[in-house]
Amino acid sequence: MTHVLDPDAPAAANPPRREPPAPYRDVTRSDAAFRAFLHGLPGVDQVGAESRVAVLGTRSIKTTAKAWAIDTAISMVDLTTLEGADTPGRVRSLAAKARRPDPGDPTTPPVAAVCVYGDLAGVAKEALTGTGISVAAVATAFPSGRASRAVKLADVRDAVANGADEIDMVIDRGAFLAGRHLDVFDEIVAVKEACGDAHLKVILETGELVTLDNVRRASWLAMLAGGDFIKTSTGKVSPAATLPVCLVMLEAVRDFRAATGRQVGVKPAGGIRTTKDAIKHLVLVNEVAGPEWLSPDWFRFGASSLLNDLLLQRQKLRTGHYSGPDHVSVD
Amino acid sequence: MTNLFEYAPAPESRSIVDVAPSYGLFVDGEFVDGSGTPFKTVNPATEEVLSEVASATDADVDRAVRAARRAFTRVWGPMRPADRGKYLFRIARLLQERAREFAVLESLDNGKPIRESRDVDVPLAAAHFFYHAGWADKLDWAGLGPGPRPLGVAGQVIPWNFPLLMLAWKVAPALATGNTVVLKPAETTPLTALLFAEVCRQADLPPGVVNIVTGAGDTGRAVVEHEDVDKVAFTGSTEVGRSIARAVAGTRKRLTLELGGKAANIVFDDAPIDQAVEGIVQGVFSNQGHVCCAGSRLLVQESVHDEVIASLQRRIGTLRLGHPLDKNTDIGAINSAEQLARIRELSEVGEAEGANRWQPACELPERGFWFPPTVFTDVSPAHRIARDEVFGPVLSVLTFRTPDEAVAKANNTTYGLSAGIWTEKGSRILAVADRLRAGVVWANTFNQFDPTSPFGGYKQSGYGREGGRHGLAAYLEGAQ
Repeated sequence: MTHVLDPDAPAAANPPRREPPAPYRDVTRSDAAFRAFLHGLPGVDQVGAESRVAVLGTRSIKTTAKAWAIDTAISMVDLTTLEGADTPGRVRSLAAKARRPDPGDPTTPPVAAVCVYGDLAGVAKEALTGTGISVAAVATAFPSGRASRAVKLADVRDAVANGADEIDMVIDRGAFLAGRHLDVFDEIVAVKEACGDAHLKVILETGELVTLDNVRRASWLAMLAGGDFIKTSTGKVSPAATLPVCLVMLEAVRDFRAATGRQVGVKPAGGIRTTKDAIKHLVLVNEVAGPEWLSPDWFRFGASSLLNDLLLQRQKLRTGHYSGPDHVSVD
Repeated sequence: MTNLFEYAPAPESRSIVDVAPSYGLFVDGEFVDGSGTPFKTVNPATEEVLSEVASATDADVDRAVRAARRAFTRVWGPMRPADRGKYLFRIARLLQERAREFAVLESLDNGKPIRESRDVDVPLAAAHFFYHAGWADKLDWAGLGPGPRPLGVAGQVIPWNFPLLMLAWKVAPALATGNTVVLKPAETTPLTALLFAEVCRQADLPPGVVNIVTGAGDTGRAVVEHEDVDKVAFTGSTEVGRSIARAVAGTRKRLTLELGGKAANIVFDDAPIDQAVEGIVQGVFSNQGHVCCAGSRLLVQESVHDEVIASLQRRIGTLRLGHPLDKNTDIGAINSAEQLARIRELSEVGEAEGANRWQPACELPERGFWFPPTVFTDVSPAHRIARDEVFGPVLSVLTFRTPDEAVAKANNTTYGLSAGIWTEKGSRILAVADRLRAGVVWANTFNQFDPTSPFGGYKQSGYGREGGRHGLAAYLEGAQ
């Protein structure tokens, strides 16, 4: 099977295919075999998945549990700016906010990472050195992924060279939807290799995959190819992160670890704006994947405005009254 | 691993509801004393006495039936159907307005989690009144014959598992079709019916249209056997249903019975496993398994047995058992000491007969009536836990290899109330559903209810239908 935009790319990439982990070593032996495997995963009944998240959405998280959830959610935020108008100054101010999200309250935990375009990774790195906060960079012709593999890999290497600790790549949705699963697999493997020590988050762009069956297949594909995290969306396509999608991805990482022993993280991104939304996600993590995923090592929120709402709710919980939007910094 | 994310208690406040120290009967629009010895109703989660409730004797029941007859001949029968509909709409709206009150009271008296009473019981009860309110002036077009006429006085006896919802299933269609009602709620759960009586007064429902007589089995017998009752509707155990059928035989009374069940939930190897597991849990553990249509027999295809059981056990491990008024509780209290004893007995028989009992690590509160969610594997169709209705959070797992075997095992029961099919293959759903002898067959879901959908059983699960157009027929002359 050839790549649409660059017929020579597969040959140029490494010919011997990296094997998925046991017990799935042979599922990528051919396109047909891989397709049979992915389509042999149990289906997802959309109505059932939606009613499951609706019930979990009624969990009432109060007082001490809420305080814990808010602080945990803050520590899981990948504070993100992905605009054409981004500047080094904006990234530096975001980095300052990442280190100390609430200047008035030093007990507020720092966020997990700052997420930027690759060319600004260096600026972020400089501002965050020594803080323990990671620099995440989107790469592989984000958000569409429409570029030749050579360009995508160069994009990744450039971001890593600029200091990115984590790479957020996008999968080739066109290839996935056309059934060229091995192309998508090979590309993730190649990107993972280009990452070196950097962690790889694989963006499925579930808004373009549309069905929950596809979300489950793409999740397994990305995990088999070596992704460290699976991530819902770029934030540039609507719908972005939804609870049913997150449910299916959490089931996938849970089942994958049970089968292979390897734990993969999950990152919903885009559209999570309120503390209530974030807590609903944490409840999902807790009751679907399990408490082992309740840490920034295994669960992240890709978000920008969410952080301010978390801070306002945190202030409310500590002081007993709501302040206003002027009590948190604008980004 | 210890849980990092420990949900803090989130109790629903019980201050919204005033539980009186004692209650009378509701007869002819008034609360009156009963002549029998009053009985106590307790909160099954704490064994705290909630209130003392009047007990109706034969004479009290007779007064109630006479009030119902009077209301039928003078007011409710002759009333314009559209006006009857207005009363029902008003009751439905009042149920919604006072939803929280009803939900809290239901959970207090019955032991079911507030999440279920709030999100299932009360909204569905209101929906039944809305639905039937709409029918009141359209009965001529229900396809049940020309000019359908009401039967007269309906004597209704309901169970303790869904006290308010079963009341709605009985009262709403009876009133919409122009009948009046004498209703006996279950002895262990009379309180929401008495609150409903208050709603009837609030809605200015004419006196005598709805009468509520509380009491034990004797009161129920008096209602069923009263000569001036035209129609008997009963939901409850097959044993009591049988004695009611005997009592009504040879009289002019019409009868509908909604009795026990031992539903098969059939999981094929191409099922959406995660949702099937969810459906199994919802099917047998919701309302502590006190559900006549509970999916208490899991029939799972042998090739996915281990996978399904592993998933199921992991999922059951996340169920939260505890105080019914905590908003995060999934499994509440068993309704009574008597029911708890029966569940324990059948579970012990299951073990003695050689089935494998599994229960999650789960702390039970010291006071109150509790039973942990329980799964029996290696169950044979000959075991009692595969045949008898447990009416508790106990699942029996059997396996099958072919669709024919699944159908044969599913139908191999004296009951026939409901069944479930889990498969991603649409043609299989239709083919299997056609061959299942059960009143309701759910596909890729379980325990879903709607007032528009008729509900009722085959074989010893009873006869007659409730809900939908079919349900109206049970309350109309010449329509059955």
